[in-house]
Amino acid sequence: MRDPRIWGLKKSPWVYHVAAASCNNCDIEILELLTPRYDVERFGIVLVGSPRHADALLVTGVLNRKSLPRVLEVYEQTPKPCLVIGIGTCTCSKQIFRNSYNAVGPYDKHLPIHAYVPGCPPKPEAMILGVVRALAKL
Amino acid sequence: MSFKGWWLAFALVVFPGFLTTAATGMLLTWIDRFVSARVQWRKGPPVYQPLADFLKLLLKQVVVPAGASRLVFLMAPLVGFAGATLVSVMLPYANFSPGGTFVGDIIVIVYLFALPPLAVIAGASASRNPVAAVGASREMTLYFAYELPFVLALLVPIVKILRVPGTDLSQAIRLGEIVAFQQANGPFLYSVSGVIAGLIILLVIQAKLGYVPFDMAEAEQEIMSGVFAEYSGAPLAVLRLTRAMMFVSLPLFAITVLWGGFADWWAVLKFLVIVVLTILIRNTNPRLRVDQALKLFWFAGGVLGILAVVLAYMGL
Repeated sequence: MRDPRIWGLKKSPWVYHVAAASCNNCDIEILELLTPRYDVERFGIVLVGSPRHADALLVTGVLNRKSLPRVLEVYEQTPKPCLVIGIGTCTCSKQIFRNSYNAVGPYDKHLPIHAYVPGCPPKPEAMILGVVRALAKL
Repeated sequence: MSFKGWWLAFALVVFPGFLTTAATGMLLTWIDRFVSARVQWRKGPPVYQPLADFLKLLLKQVVVPAGASRLVFLMAPLVGFAGATLVSVMLPYANFSPGGTFVGDIIVIVYLFALPPLAVIAGASASRNPVAAVGASREMTLYFAYELPFVLALLVPIVKILRVPGTDLSQAIRLGEIVAFQQANGPFLYSVSGVIAGLIILLVIQAKLGYVPFDMAEAEQEIMSGVFAEYSGAPLAVLRLTRAMMFVSLPLFAITVLWGGFADWWAVLKFLVIVVLTILIRNTNPRLRVDQALKLFWFAGGVLGILAVVLAYMGL
């Protein structure tokens, strides 16, 4: 609580959802977080429409040559300090595309990642835990 | 600075101006989010949430898009903020010291209420973002749509005062006089024309705040926050604060011109009724397209507004 920037960031992490060629399962599961059952707005987490408003990027999907520049661009568009959280097993490695020419590997080879949430798709509880762990690092 | 100068500075910055209105606005923003959450059977954010959002945005990096007009982009939120602050000083003056207002302040307030949307349009247009440009064009259309019924609804109290023998226009367009008249003769709302004007103003409040069903200028799902798409950090914090302050000023203005002014503590209840109505309309309606909003405001709102003015002229 010494740095008000960190306090604000911890109390109101606005999330922008970067679907980098995922199968949409994680994306649907992310929306689950906003439902009455999990209601992450209790912690100030809201989904925003523009990366300029975001404090945390939720990336999903196996990173490939086409999506990498887009993901990097969105990351650069996001004002700092910002968190990047990989949702789903796909973000952790190349998965079934490990022999593909197109997969370019896990996200942390290309941009700083604060937390990975494995699972296919991860449970909403796991995602909340991931965000908490990422925020605890700040 | 003289005593009066200090007093004015205090009124502008602390009470009833910036600090008081901003704090109330943040509280209302929380009420808005809390009631919305309860409507959706959620728990909702804690009370300090708007403050945390504001602090976070204020201290975050500010990104100015490449090729944007830097001056207009960064100045626009401040212009809107200045308008909201001035309104927040003028309205309590009209309510608590009706003698202390000047002739034509209702017109000045109509123009000051126009500053935040104009500033948003200017800032969005300066940001060199196609999505923000779409949002700016929608905001502009919406502004032209709601301003006509808004002014017609404001004519109702003016016409009602003018009907009384011995009054002239210089009294009728003074907010202090409007409040004093209502405190003597009962609120304007309790008449046919007053109810119509009240309904129109309720819709206009919704549109001026950019709340659903009139949030097409910042539709998150289709144009990525539209007019606010390029704003980040402190300018975004100022824009959101401006909206929070408008959320205080607009219901207060509605009470001032139609519902008897801030005569007693019932006014707090009236204020909350308008706020909660706004929130409930927001939560139970789908977004309109901008052409639908234009039709609603010009054809339904305009005709009803003219009807209200005619009824007021006939003394109903």
